[in-house]
Amino acid sequence: MTEGLAGALWGWPPPVLDPAGPYADSVTVLAWALFAMGVVVTGIVVAALWVALRGPERWRRVLGGEKAVWIGGVAFPGVVLTVLLIWGLTLTASLTKPITGDEMRIRVTGEMWWFRVEYLDAAGNVVMRDANEVRIPVGVPVVFELRSADVLHSFWIPHLSGKLDMVPGRTNLLRAEATRTGQFGGVCAEYCGGPHALMGFVAIAKEPEEWQRWFDARVAADSVQPLAAVSTTNPQLAQGRELFMENGCAACHRVAGTQANGLAGPDLTFMGDRATVGAGILPNHRGTLTGWIGDSQGIKPGNRMPSYDRLSAQQLDAIAAWLGQLK
Amino acid sequence: MGVLTACKPPAQTRQHDDAAAQKRGLKLMETKGCGACHEIPGLNWPRGQLGPSLMRFNDTGLIAGYLPNTPVNLAAFIRNAPATKPGSTMPAMPVTVSEAVDMAAYLQGGGRD
Repeated sequence: MTEGLAGALWGWPPPVLDPAGPYADSVTVLAWALFAMGVVVTGIVVAALWVALRGPERWRRVLGGEKAVWIGGVAFPGVVLTVLLIWGLTLTASLTKPITGDEMRIRVTGEMWWFRVEYLDAAGNVVMRDANEVRIPVGVPVVFELRSADVLHSFWIPHLSGKLDMVPGRTNLLRAEATRTGQFGGVCAEYCGGPHALMGFVAIAKEPEEWQRWFDARVAADSVQPLAAVSTTNPQLAQGRELFMENGCAACHRVAGTQANGLAGPDLTFMGDRATVGAGILPNHRGTLTGWIGDSQGIKPGNRMPSYDRLSAQQLDAIAAWLGQLK
Repeated sequence: MGVLTACKPPAQTRQHDDAAAQKRGLKLMETKGCGACHEIPGLNWPRGQLGPSLMRFNDTGLIAGYLPNTPVNLAAFIRNAPATKPGSTMPAMPVTVSEAVDMAAYLQGGGRD
């Protein structure tokens, strides 16, 4: 098992045509069917071209006749395209079938240039916040409620579903389901300015029991105060927390249980539990976290977090140490 | 210069000819995110500026200005810098011994400039 980003994201950029769920399945089948049709039609056209240029006189006369035009130009494409359209719409009908209300709900908001994640209960209340990562139970249908806070983004987990735009002022619903456990890479699939190419996330599918345990613990920690965030006897962690509060990090980031309550940037309550740093672009460990805090503009030019290059390496390390143990 | 050459072991003891190890090393440097802080030969992104550039590391006499640039020292430093050089601000990395050896092989093999 490889670690790091490639391992975490199972290929980057995430490979298409490698479905891990029913919705991605139908998209993949349709893609291959269209490709096969394209090959057949191209073959027929090339063969006809050869007959027209080099073929025997008798064949050329047939090809040039009115009958050939009616069959090859009207009947064949008419029948094939109609069948293909009906089949394609039937195949992908599941992608747009109405929401029953029994699905798990996760609201994902596209921001320049990261993903805000909110887990909703059946009534639509936010019960847990995260960023740049969604965790879902295997075999459970999920509806992603997609929004945008600024410009057009697009939400795409190639392994799990089709892609759907995130449109300002609208909520678009995308169905997804995983049939096997794993970590699947996701990307923003609509150019959204500046570091669009570095706007990613991870979808993690776990066994339902495991997922439930994780989710319950998260919900409890998000509403109560995580002890690790509040009190610590480790001097480095205490220093890291103090630096985080003093240097304005709290103006944009929230850490539940502390006075850090900023909403402009990703929620960091569970930063240490996240697979990636910088919105799906670097594996999450002490080193990358330090690098990101100190030089986020070098890593992801134009993103909205300033590089904290005025802090010393020792100070950056302390902040990274504190954030890394928030789980 | 005299000091540097004195500290730098003879080339033949540092050279790794294992191309496979070097290839693995580069891949590891990419997947572990070393580029978040370092400029690394053969890696287009990211090219972090927070830590020292690792370009032409083969010509570097001392690791972090402290340890002779030998494969063993470098692998140990990559794995756990603070334990190897007290006070180092490079944190310990989530890599195994063999992974650190491959990364050291890549850096000391001259890399792809």
